[in-house]
Amino acid sequence: MTITESGLIGKSVKRTDGLDKITGCAVFVDDIQFGPNLLHSRLVRSPYPHALIKNIDTKKAEALPGVRAVVTGKDIEARLGLYLIDRPIFASDRARYYGEPVAGVVATSEQIAVEAAALVEVDYEILPAIYDPVEAAQEDAPLLHPDLGDYTVANFIFPQPGTNISEHFKIRKGDAEASLASCAAVAEGRFRLPPIEHVPLETHTSIALSEKTGQITLWASSQSPFAMRDMIAQSLGISHNNLRVIAPLVGGGFGGKAGVTMEACAVVMAQAVEGRPVKLRFTREEEFVGTSVRQSLVSDIKVGCDADGILQAMELTYYFGGGAYNDYGVNIARAAGYSCTGPYDVPNVKADSLCVYTNYPVGSAMRGFGMPEIHWGLEQIMDRLAEEISMDPVEFRRLNCVRTGDEIVSGMNMTPIDLEACLDKVTKAIRWDKKEAPTAPNKKRGKGIAIMWKAPAMPPNPGSAAVVRFNEDATINVEVGGQELGQGTFTVVAQIAADVLGIPYENATVSYPIDTKYSPYEWQTVASRLTWSMGNAVKAAAEDARFQILETVAAHWDEEIEDLTIKDGLVISFKSEREMPLDKMVIYGLPNENYEGWKGGPVVGRGHFMPTYVTNLDPETGQGTRAVVHYTVGAQAVDLEVDLETGQLEVLNIASVYDVGRAINPDLIMTQIEGGAVHGMSSAFEALKFNEAGEVINPSFVDYRIATIADIPRKIHGDFVETPIDDGPWGARGVGEHVMVQTAPAIANAIYDAVGIRFSDLPLSADKIYLALDEKESQ
Amino acid sequence: MANHKLSLIVNGHTEQLLVSSNTTLLHALRDHLGLMGTKNGCEAGECGACTVLLDGEPVNSCLVLAVELDGREITTIEGLSSNGQLTPLQQAFADLNAVQCGYCTPGMLMASTALLNRNPRPTEVDIQKALVGNLCRCTGYQRIIDAVIKASEQGSAQ
Repeated sequence: MTITESGLIGKSVKRTDGLDKITGCAVFVDDIQFGPNLLHSRLVRSPYPHALIKNIDTKKAEALPGVRAVVTGKDIEARLGLYLIDRPIFASDRARYYGEPVAGVVATSEQIAVEAAALVEVDYEILPAIYDPVEAAQEDAPLLHPDLGDYTVANFIFPQPGTNISEHFKIRKGDAEASLASCAAVAEGRFRLPPIEHVPLETHTSIALSEKTGQITLWASSQSPFAMRDMIAQSLGISHNNLRVIAPLVGGGFGGKAGVTMEACAVVMAQAVEGRPVKLRFTREEEFVGTSVRQSLVSDIKVGCDADGILQAMELTYYFGGGAYNDYGVNIARAAGYSCTGPYDVPNVKADSLCVYTNYPVGSAMRGFGMPEIHWGLEQIMDRLAEEISMDPVEFRRLNCVRTGDEIVSGMNMTPIDLEACLDKVTKAIRWDKKEAPTAPNKKRGKGIAIMWKAPAMPPNPGSAAVVRFNEDATINVEVGGQELGQGTFTVVAQIAADVLGIPYENATVSYPIDTKYSPYEWQTVASRLTWSMGNAVKAAAEDARFQILETVAAHWDEEIEDLTIKDGLVISFKSEREMPLDKMVIYGLPNENYEGWKGGPVVGRGHFMPTYVTNLDPETGQGTRAVVHYTVGAQAVDLEVDLETGQLEVLNIASVYDVGRAINPDLIMTQIEGGAVHGMSSAFEALKFNEAGEVINPSFVDYRIATIADIPRKIHGDFVETPIDDGPWGARGVGEHVMVQTAPAIANAIYDAVGIRFSDLPLSADKIYLALDEKESQ
Repeated sequence: MANHKLSLIVNGHTEQLLVSSNTTLLHALRDHLGLMGTKNGCEAGECGACTVLLDGEPVNSCLVLAVELDGREITTIEGLSSNGQLTPLQQAFADLNAVQCGYCTPGMLMASTALLNRNPRPTEVDIQKALVGNLCRCTGYQRIIDAVIKASEQGSAQ
């Protein structure tokens, strides 16, 4: 690890938002005060997972004193979506999941809104519901979207009208069938994951205000204020400059606050009560029932290798349970398609990755976007194949894992990475070669390995813009449109700008809240793309400001720009050894000789970044020159114990190493690695559960357990490798999501090592493990 | 709903409030006193985000009715530091990057402060027991444990 000349790149400076957050000063959207003018609202939700809406009677609700408006889907027919515009703001003719909003009530108090919501009478005609994506993909399955062919769709997404399939991505590379027939060993399996929730501690909250001038302001807990503005503006026919989204700090996102969840409902309700702000705040129960989920997946995997253990072929079918509306989901299926093999070289591949409508909540982005889902099966089946040919799972991975320059499944050449170095580090940390004794006689101990890859999954041309603005005292404001969710992005961009400008880190302040009226454009805070993309934009903006400064000082001194630099807040000349404090010139400029005029002026640097090289893929073969911008890879190894008397797991150690390109802030990377390992472990035990009627039965922290402080591994060994990419700032790329992608299969592989039982379906639980142990013993 | 007059000593200051019978301490702090540092995570006592100190003991403020608290002392996150002077515990949270999104942080700090007040040298297991009702989805908890230990090594939370 090296530190730059200014000393800030590669340095673990403290979080720029730390003081706000430990003193209670940090403002989240629910903390903004609106005074007595504020109105409150509540959504009326469908009690059925699939039903026609025959009639909605709002009269009783409207008659309740204190009610100011009741809005239904009849009032607004608009649809929303990012890649596939398939989702109504309020269901009007048909409800497609339990909890779908069918109406919204605005009242003078939250209590009145709750009472009025119960008075809205909706006549439903119940339709057959379908939950399994394999069944839903069949031709005779009940159709959720008969109008699928009429929806607007991005040109790289391929819905199949007349079916429930909203995306079908294909890979046809070599001859997988023939190759599998000649393989020395083949492993085959079906793996399932349930829908799970993001569970941020801050529930979805927004406040909308529609003014008499036509100006609309939306305060929202949002990972993507610009995409939110774009989607709502397009959907409701509002011009972008008349819709302002203000997004304060986000109290946990994990993908669940990307795009639009409930914010358009708030806007539509506000339009019904002009001039008064309307607050829509989800209860914890609504957060479980009424927000998007990580999609369920059924994956069928068949993989073969030759007698030396070298991978030859794969046949894959991924059925993503996209839920009732698939706006992000279609691109998750696509991303899972072009990365379908996992981080391996496989010459012959036939893959079909499908996103399928089901009567579950909206399937959408969650930390890792398709990758935790596919790696669950892939990383277990690789262990099985290694066992088939009596090879150590680590050696098998070392033999087959992708390397820089390799032609990967989509036909592109692998961007710079070093997965073997990650493998080396985790196996050393976990003492892979050593069989270790359990800590008690009633326990069995095992170790498991899993590797991963992930590319930012996004359109080919998502952009970032940044502005660096000097103040009189040579402190700066860094203006960006990317969002701080806790991952530390504001700290990283402050470091980048300060480093380029040769000023102390403490003198760089990031301007927030993000406000689409003032902040520069950012596509979205998703896909682990900010350090790379927004980092590039901030670096360019700082370099622009630096050039303006040096140009002015060089002219003032009658020297060449090349002979000057900025260090510790001073412009210095290598040639003449002169010095100029920045605060003497960044706003007021510098006088000409004898004060005959002035040069320079307030320094404002501007920068942007957009990848320009990504190509579309052939719709029949999935092949192309450059499917994605780059990949981040990593390895995790788990050491755990299974209690034979209770089925309980205890994770003793998770070693977790990723190739980050270049570590801008090493300690912040460690915080992602640690948090991600626990999130990944927790996710292996999570499921949003439904009864036969399609109702969510565990919408609380008691019934939907997430990892507590008592559940964490005894140790997390985090580390990173630095193989720079050519277009990241100092070679850096993202790592925020990758850190939980393969934790669940690493745990599953360790369980197999401990007790010889494989689990192909998530979630895991102590009782499931206990029963499997019991069954194994009785055999 | 009947209104009740009561006084609370919040962060050392006596505050007069007029609340309904069903107003929780959480809403009294946030909606009546404008103290927004205490967070609302579930309103069911399951996540700990709204933890404050009631006469020095940690409580989920969403589970306590304000009318029951006449004359009692409340400490919130806003009452921890004064005049720019952080407590050793706050300082340790900042130094060790025990904070990510920050939504659970006020509750974590209040529950940990109470722990250090009654047990100045807690073990890792003591900390896990004291904070098991405080959920965090970002950090993975280890740095929170480390921060409490670091603060304890400096003598006290105050």
